[in-house]
Amino acid sequence: MAQPLVKKDDDRDDEADYSPFLGIEKGAVLQEARVFNDPQLDPRRCSQVITKLLYLLNQGETFTKVEATEVFFAVTKLFQSKDIGLRRMVYVMIKELSPSADEVIIVTSSLMKDMTSKTDMYRANAIRVLCRITDGTLLTQIERYLKQAIVDKNPVVASAALVSGIHLLQTNPEIVKRWSNEVQEAVQSRAALVQFHALALLHQIRQNDRLAVNKLVSSLTKGSVRSPLAQCLLIRYTSQVIRESANTQAGDRPFYDFLEGCLRHKAEMVIFEAARAITELNGVTTRELTPAITVLQLFLSSSKPVLRFAAVRTLNKVAMTHPMAVTNCNIDMESLISDQNRSIATLAITTLLKTGNESSVDRLMKQITNFMSDIADEFKIVVVEAIRSLCLKFPLKHRSLMNFLSNILREEGGFDYKKAIVDSIVILIRDIPEAKETGLLHLCEFIEDCEFTYLSTQILHFLGIEGPKTSDPSKYIRYIYNRVHLENATVRAAAVSTLAKFGAMVDTLKPRIFVLLRRCLFDNDDEVRDRATLYLNTLGGDGAVVQTGEDVKEFLFGSLDIPLVNLENSLKNYEPSEESFDIYSVPREVKTQPLAEKKAPGKKPTGLGAPPAGPPSTVDAYEKLLFSIPEFANFGKLFKSSAPVELTEAETEYAVNVVKHIFDGHVVFQYNCTNTIPEQLLENVTVIVDASEAEEFAEVASKPLKSLPYDSPGQTFVAFEKPEGTPAIGKFSNMLRFIVKEVDPSTGEAEDDGVEDEYQLEELEVVAADYILKVGVSNFRNAWENMGADCERIDEYGLGPRESLAEAVNAVIDLLGMQPCEGTEVVPNNSRSHTCLLSGVYIGNVKVLVRLQFGLDGPKDVAMKLAVRSEDESVSDAIHEIVASG
Amino acid sequence: MFEQWIENAANFHKRRSGFQKGSVFNPTGYSQEVPPNRNPIVSEKILPSEKKKMDLCPLVKNILLLDSEGKRVAVKYYSDDWPTNSAKEAFEKAVFTKTQKTSARNEAEITMFDNYVVVYKFVQDLHFFVTGGENENEIILASVLQGFFDAVGLILRGSVDKREVLENLDLIFLCLDEIVDGGIVLETDADVIAGKVASHSMDDGAPFSEQTITQALATARERLTRSLLT
Repeated sequence: MAQPLVKKDDDRDDEADYSPFLGIEKGAVLQEARVFNDPQLDPRRCSQVITKLLYLLNQGETFTKVEATEVFFAVTKLFQSKDIGLRRMVYVMIKELSPSADEVIIVTSSLMKDMTSKTDMYRANAIRVLCRITDGTLLTQIERYLKQAIVDKNPVVASAALVSGIHLLQTNPEIVKRWSNEVQEAVQSRAALVQFHALALLHQIRQNDRLAVNKLVSSLTKGSVRSPLAQCLLIRYTSQVIRESANTQAGDRPFYDFLEGCLRHKAEMVIFEAARAITELNGVTTRELTPAITVLQLFLSSSKPVLRFAAVRTLNKVAMTHPMAVTNCNIDMESLISDQNRSIATLAITTLLKTGNESSVDRLMKQITNFMSDIADEFKIVVVEAIRSLCLKFPLKHRSLMNFLSNILREEGGFDYKKAIVDSIVILIRDIPEAKETGLLHLCEFIEDCEFTYLSTQILHFLGIEGPKTSDPSKYIRYIYNRVHLENATVRAAAVSTLAKFGAMVDTLKPRIFVLLRRCLFDNDDEVRDRATLYLNTLGGDGAVVQTGEDVKEFLFGSLDIPLVNLENSLKNYEPSEESFDIYSVPREVKTQPLAEKKAPGKKPTGLGAPPAGPPSTVDAYEKLLFSIPEFANFGKLFKSSAPVELTEAETEYAVNVVKHIFDGHVVFQYNCTNTIPEQLLENVTVIVDASEAEEFAEVASKPLKSLPYDSPGQTFVAFEKPEGTPAIGKFSNMLRFIVKEVDPSTGEAEDDGVEDEYQLEELEVVAADYILKVGVSNFRNAWENMGADCERIDEYGLGPRESLAEAVNAVIDLLGMQPCEGTEVVPNNSRSHTCLLSGVYIGNVKVLVRLQFGLDGPKDVAMKLAVRSEDESVSDAIHEIVASG
Repeated sequence: MFEQWIENAANFHKRRSGFQKGSVFNPTGYSQEVPPNRNPIVSEKILPSEKKKMDLCPLVKNILLLDSEGKRVAVKYYSDDWPTNSAKEAFEKAVFTKTQKTSARNEAEITMFDNYVVVYKFVQDLHFFVTGGENENEIILASVLQGFFDAVGLILRGSVDKREVLENLDLIFLCLDEIVDGGIVLETDADVIAGKVASHSMDDGAPFSEQTITQALATARERLTRSLLT
């Protein structure tokens, strides 16, 4: 049965493969091109050869310089022939060969002759070819003809000249600008495309003269443009004019009426262009948006996929800024979920997820479920991400959204898709406490049947951290222990570690965990057995139920604070002897590895001691780094590390940025330096800090950087003492001091002698925001109520004249350095008042919540009411202090 | 004091020049705009001018005509986004695989990837594509596609398949030449495009605007059959 079918296929393939160009070969065709030199030209044959040459070029074949020159010279001979067909192929061929300047001269006279010919087709094409290959000197010779051509009564000739003008304007602007009058005449042409090309050229000639563009737009918007393409151009120019004249106060937006009028144009491309232009207006109001949304809504139910796509893509963008304006389209949008074109369906879904309100979530999820089964993974990932943000927006809906995620988790899918789902569930568990238990159970069910070792180990690790903290940890044990029976060695080892963590954290479970761990002692994999033995011993598996010691917990849950590379090296160097390996002998300093830094963080399957699932926090990394330096080891716990602040301009010889590390009684500046000069090696790099404008700070230690080779970042540190627990602020000026040595770039060796040098860096400030951690809360209202009004402080402030309400809100957020909650950092356009909610942790680990109410007082003046609640009234006062002095 | 200052200034100058040499190697990794497989000289020369060159005018990035296996039949690129032939082939392969399973035989379909909007239409064993930038008006691109598609239909008198196209490849090249010039739309009306292409076998000196399209097509057709027989 299968046999004849295959055969039939073969037959058809043979037929399909037949082509006049079968077995075509460059060398042979170049030989054939000799017919161009025949005294008696055969136009048909020459045409065929040119087609073959064009075919070769089109298939990606390249001609050497010599070959191209030869073909070019041969082709120029063909101007002798009077055959129009051949001449057209000659034109195309010359453009493809793009001859060099000295070759161009050969054809110039022929082309100029054609340009003045009586045949319109010759003229149009000769203009296009000549302008493509010519340079400025020749242009002045033919300028006269081009000007005439622009106003030629034949539209093809006029368009050819105008389009060539658009291209030439890039290289010879001063010449093309002289054609302004002719181009202006062409704008009035009756031929649609001529009008389009003329308008494009005219605008380009004038684009740097804002007044002229303004005049052009206001005269044309009165209605003399017929061509749809020209109308689209005019809409684009109009939006540009509107953008640039943005700050005309109040009243109606200029030209808005024109845009709105275009929504009633008969050409779809114009309607769409106008609708899109309106949605992209700066600070567009709902009233302005409505007519545009209405026409886009009509497009949503068009029979043409292109129209549906264009409309849904635009509405998707609008939904980001004006979700309410798009809700009218929701019904049409929902029917697009089943659209044949998956790009349209995905855009529709993500738009709906953005505009959806809490009540419509359930219905939406039902529809998406049907849709998910038949789209590609890449689209599914987009949807999963949209659902994750929806869930964070409506935490109360976590049940149905989490259910949805767990359902799709069970269905078929590739690794990236599954990873996106698992990551989303993990994030939801972390941010929505109520979702924790169901989420963990969903993950447990998933690992029962998970084909990806990486995901299994990640989930097991996550379970080990979160599981013991739940109300009933015992129910997870079964899922974990099943892994020990059913999975490969890597997963089994991870499961053993997770079991041990449950044992360590939950004393009541300990005896049962011991039983399970003892069974693992008979596993056939070394790693699994070793781990089981290790945990049995550390947890005291001799039967006695003892309180788990702090050091054991630290061993199980703490992160490995030694760079893995260093550990690996030390282990390699260790020779088996009486003396056991001492983990404290491993150097903790991170060696500078320029290559490793550029690579993405490794994503290998991780076993014990790996950072928890989810992004590793930079604070952890900083903390490790700082504690590896003995001078700073006794500073206590790191409170906060700032984002890097650049101390040099971009692209200077030495790039330096600083990270401020805040401790309870100390501040450490970490200067990250990069040497961008290959011919230099810097040694003994230090930063000399002048703290005369920071009275409360006293320098206590400085750690120089031994050597800073080219393009290999290194760090130097300076530590200051400050009064304990207070938010001391100050200004520091910095000077980079080092010994510079010349490096021979060819050998990479540095000279022995160096010169001491200094390099001025920019100033650095420690501000109040450095003492507040950005820590969000998932439900601000609850947190606010729970905090109580005991330590509440309320006051009002005038912020003076401000650019806008949004600018004032951002300024206060930046000043306080706190985390905006529930998306309140976004100020809706044109609103006259706004409430912003912030949360954070003040130095000394004091939780702080802030409610900011902004209002416009007069045209520009912003007034603010600040309410602070915290666990300590002195902290509430301190926040007010920051605002008052900021 | 003053001499010291002069010395410093000189040092500074030395460092600057040192840096500029080094900057070619891009030590900081900041300027990522140039993808590694691109010839930096080409992109430096052309990108800024292209950017300046009417970001407002609708631009076509390429027109592709591929067969049912994704192989090139006739293509034309108007943008430097794909500087090498292998980059072009990679793009064609990606477009083909992405659209292969869809049915674009009645209405033109559309997709978006790698920040390009691609409109496409299939007939027999031929796949027509028109690509534009991320922010291009989709409907303008679709009108270019429709113009190309219908013009090919007119030129080949309705029997549009790979074999016919290859046998009349000269006309297809002329057709591409008449639709878009350097990225700017020249003409989208299929009748006009086909008319301009077909006019090319007429007697010398006769302006093509005076000929009807059917006449023109007939002569074109006749000339081609003759050329195939020889």
